[in-house]
Amino acid sequence: MSNYIGKSIKRREDNRFITGKGKYTDDLVLTGMTHLAFVRSPYAHAKIKNINTKAALAHPGVVAIYTGDDCGNFGVPCGWQVNFKNGDTMKEPPHPLLAVGKARHVGENVAAVIAETLQAARDAVELVEVDYDELPTVTDAKAAIQPGAPQVHDDVPNNIVFDFQIGNPKDEVNAAIESASHVTKLNFKNQRLSPNAIEPRSYIADYDVNADKYTLYTSTQNPHLIRLLMCAFVLGLPEHKVRVISHDVGGGFGSKIYHYTEEALVTWVSKQIGRPVKWTSDRSEAFLTDAHGRDHVTTAEMGFDDNGKIVAFRVHSEANLGAYLSTFSTACPTYLHGTLAQGCYTTPLINVDITAVFTNTTPVDAYRGAGRPEMTYILEHLMDTAALEMKRDPVELRRINFIPAFDGVNQPGYQTQVALQYDSGNYHATLDRALEMLDYKQFRKDQEESRTNGKLLGIGFSTYIEACGIAPSAVVGSLGARAGLYESGHVRVQPTGKVSVFTGSHSHGQGHETSYAQFVADTLGIPIDDVDIIHGDTNEVAFGMGTYGSRSLAVGGSAIMKSLDKIIEKGAKIAAHKLEAAEADLEFAEGKWTVKGTDKSITFGDVSLTAYVPHDYPAGLEPGLDFSSFYDPTNFTYPFGTHIAVVEVDKDTGKVSLKRFIACDDVGNVINPMIVDGQIHGGVAQGVGQALLEGVVYDENGQMITGSYMDYAMPRADDLPFFETDRKVTPCPHNPLGVKGAGEAGTIGATPAVANAVMDAISHLGIKDIQMPITPERVWRAMNS
Amino acid sequence: MIPAKFEYIKASSVSEALALLDKHGDDAQLIAGGHSLVPAMKLRLNQPGTVIDIGKIPGLNSIKEDGDDLVIGANCTHHQIATSPIVKQKLNVLAQTAKSIGDIQVRNKGTIGGSLAHADPAADYPAVILASDAKIEVEGINGKRSISGSDFFQGIYATALGSHEMIIAIRIPKASNGVYLKFSHPASRFAVVGCAAIKNGAGISIGLTGVADHAYRASAVERAYDGDAKAASEHAVDGVAVMSDNFASSEYRSHLAKVFTERALSALG
Amino acid sequence: MQIKVSVNGKEHISDVVPMMSLASYLREVLLLTGTHIGCDTSSCGACTITLDGKAVKSCTILAVQADGSEITTIEGLAKNGEMHPLQSAFKENHGLQCGFCTPGMIMTASGLLDENPNPSEDEIRHGLEGNFCRCTGYHNIVKSIQHAAESMK
Repeated sequence: MSNYIGKSIKRREDNRFITGKGKYTDDLVLTGMTHLAFVRSPYAHAKIKNINTKAALAHPGVVAIYTGDDCGNFGVPCGWQVNFKNGDTMKEPPHPLLAVGKARHVGENVAAVIAETLQAARDAVELVEVDYDELPTVTDAKAAIQPGAPQVHDDVPNNIVFDFQIGNPKDEVNAAIESASHVTKLNFKNQRLSPNAIEPRSYIADYDVNADKYTLYTSTQNPHLIRLLMCAFVLGLPEHKVRVISHDVGGGFGSKIYHYTEEALVTWVSKQIGRPVKWTSDRSEAFLTDAHGRDHVTTAEMGFDDNGKIVAFRVHSEANLGAYLSTFSTACPTYLHGTLAQGCYTTPLINVDITAVFTNTTPVDAYRGAGRPEMTYILEHLMDTAALEMKRDPVELRRINFIPAFDGVNQPGYQTQVALQYDSGNYHATLDRALEMLDYKQFRKDQEESRTNGKLLGIGFSTYIEACGIAPSAVVGSLGARAGLYESGHVRVQPTGKVSVFTGSHSHGQGHETSYAQFVADTLGIPIDDVDIIHGDTNEVAFGMGTYGSRSLAVGGSAIMKSLDKIIEKGAKIAAHKLEAAEADLEFAEGKWTVKGTDKSITFGDVSLTAYVPHDYPAGLEPGLDFSSFYDPTNFTYPFGTHIAVVEVDKDTGKVSLKRFIACDDVGNVINPMIVDGQIHGGVAQGVGQALLEGVVYDENGQMITGSYMDYAMPRADDLPFFETDRKVTPCPHNPLGVKGAGEAGTIGATPAVANAVMDAISHLGIKDIQMPITPERVWRAMNS
Repeated sequence: MIPAKFEYIKASSVSEALALLDKHGDDAQLIAGGHSLVPAMKLRLNQPGTVIDIGKIPGLNSIKEDGDDLVIGANCTHHQIATSPIVKQKLNVLAQTAKSIGDIQVRNKGTIGGSLAHADPAADYPAVILASDAKIEVEGINGKRSISGSDFFQGIYATALGSHEMIIAIRIPKASNGVYLKFSHPASRFAVVGCAAIKNGAGISIGLTGVADHAYRASAVERAYDGDAKAASEHAVDGVAVMSDNFASSEYRSHLAKVFTERALSALG
Repeated sequence: MQIKVSVNGKEHISDVVPMMSLASYLREVLLLTGTHIGCDTSSCGACTITLDGKAVKSCTILAVQADGSEITTIEGLAKNGEMHPLQSAFKENHGLQCGFCTPGMIMTASGLLDENPNPSEDEIRHGLEGNFCRCTGYHNIVKSIQHAAESMK
């Protein structure tokens, strides 16, 4: 019986947040703490000829100043190796904690000033004299691979990090495209985005000289991964002497996955000065140094036969990875991108070809969706465009091409042309429901009318699929991941039957303290108040790979389920002993073991107490009720859904207003519908942001001209309507909770729906395509060209 | 973020503020609400040695009727202006303008005097200041003077205000028939284009902000207007060097200036 | 410089440097860390408090400017252990996820409802234009404020 699963239990973590008692890294103050401020490169590409720190060092309150000469041999690694098509290893130049010899993007750390106060540190930064020799810059991926382009790294010819392809042989795909009866072709840029978690990154390192131990407080999505990378690959520290703590984190969206140079640097500095040191990013630094997302330049073609069936699909993109390889940067345009090219469709031939490129820009990595939004945009934007070109209804075009429903149990999973095998899906179901919510027929009537009234209404569809629940270690290992992507889950039953759960997942808004407690309480049949969820501290939690890729419940939840199974299994032995019955005659339900067919039973609490006071106890059985497990998924999970956007375009100004947004998602089983809806809402808002508002822009010198909230536009409350959401449920067949993941679905689905809606509104004026962000000027230009 | 070091002095009267300005010269800056100055100081784009706080000087935050004019104290906040019954009744276009500035928190703290002295080319007030023939009343150590809008706004962050002068009040003729319409920048919410239109008897007056390096009076539109808003608005940027930025090119901004001029004219009663 | 402020009903006399923002004063001197700094330049709204009854962005006010003021922060909103209706409504309607923008959202909303106890959806959305939330898409924040307004009647 479910007392909690499937119910919108209010979040227990909210109490501290709504009263101002959240504990974010920058809230902490340690005794003797110093403050670190960076001298950052004002140039996108420059030789550092000399750094004069004399005046800065003499500034009152300054404790120390470091440059690349002091710690340039330490560099942060890339976590995923992708090889060239010819088998050569990708280019992976060092990414030093402070620039050595050369700065490669505006904002790169050049020197670190440590002082007694932030005031002194900031003032002294202005006294550090750096002698730069400016070099030619390149910020655009396509330009960077041209012969003669500025070289970001000396030993990376043409700035190419690697080239990559996935899918069917290119000549077969090319032949099918050439003989297709209709080909839709689009060239576009999937623009660069700045993640903008509202909490800026913040790190405090505290070195204890007597114990030779480090504590790093960090705003990260994955404390254990940071410890692993920093200890094993950067500073060479013994892991058991390093504790990483990540209390409350104010949003991540991917940007707080990565091991950043600043994180390792404060840890190193703390030992050098023998005192705690804090660095908190300001918003300008966040724009310049938090890893960006997207930035693909793409040509994509889809071939159709006379009946509207897709015969082939090919994609070629240059992926801009910025100046250095961030932790997951190389996986995003490859294994998290090319593998999604099947979409929900039966396309028989697919080829995805990617060139990854260095430029003089901020490193690019996973941002909510990571590779999957890029592919979904290509697919879904092509589908609506093809429908317009072929004068077919975009809904019908999708139906013709949908993979038929399969549950992964009675019907096998669906083998794609791009390596993955989908677990379960029913794509018609979410489409049907979304159309019902919309009233499609009525909409088309309204649209006709709107055109005669001078308002331009448009509708856009997106029937997305994504791969999350990242990821089977053996699979990702064979693809170049330098870490496993399992998760740990530790359940400690206290003697009184209260339960402490330690998870390697990390909540930074997702509500794990509530949703995890829901399924733990239901599985053990105990009140939810008897369950506590602990995360975010490497000294408390055995190990963990953290939270990203919509993986927490599917992978982290499954690890906890494994431990719960072990608890119940051992509990049964104790119960059998106490009840003087055979284990096989017992059943466990609602928090007690009962001898089948009798009223003889023992409660979970009594069994727990017995486990810790084992006076009358099964022979040979260890005391205690405490299990730790690791869960390595056997497959990704594949949420899907239908998103529909309705927009109105102001004919005079080109301004697009989002009138309605309908989302029917299928994320498998749902533990807490309220939280899942919230994840979809937030995801959709970020997807809408990409379609209409957001975009990082560099000028010809590599200066970011959108480096503040005065220029970088993100959705505000008055840019958005209420979202209309509903769900279908196709359980995941391969994890114990049947869950798929909901964190990224909204973002992945929303962007193409909105872009398609704009096109639907204006295509009757002869407009073929429009680039994101779809700003008023772009619409106006399209309408007037 | 933290500003470079400075000395802070709170002035308790206009004469004290002026004496301090005189003493500290160009190294001093006045602060009222601080919503333009403080961010610039934190970003270290502005590093005054002395900051003189005029925010609590008595008498600078009143709104009064004086014959055909309203006299708005320099320290009136945008919110105060937006919600003032007198302004809404006698000069609604100004209330409308004030309400369109920033967000409620900014309106609660930012002042009209501060905004005008800062002279952001995309600020909202200048359009209505120009369209209404308002006068900026300023005072310096050598006395008071009154500056017309068209003389006051001179360029990006540049005004006719002397470095030893401060704004005391804004004197604006009442106008019952006026409108301010704005195309907001999606990030900053400043005006990409803001148009104030006022009708007085048979004549109309138009002020445009956001379009050029400073707000201007669209006299070509005023001359051309004979009841046909569309035709007249075609002259919105006649003779004007239109700004261009990442969000709006000069071509598009020119187009918006025309659209908003037409809309504002059409919205006049 | 010495300032005297009343924060959440309690009077404080403190020595501060003029460079210190009111947000930093609340966080670093009074250790009221519920007031958050997201952009430090008055764009994101995470630092919103009420100053003499009006919602303001405390990052863009110098602590010395606040001398003599009455301030309420998120920590002072609950009275006698009783949550403010806005706090309850945010929890009830899932109006927060990571919690970082939440204090600013609630304080802005409290200013909004003080002035307009019956806001329309549109008025709420415009009332929040100075506050970023990157988690919720604002959907449940707007709902929370609607519910709070209803319950405060």
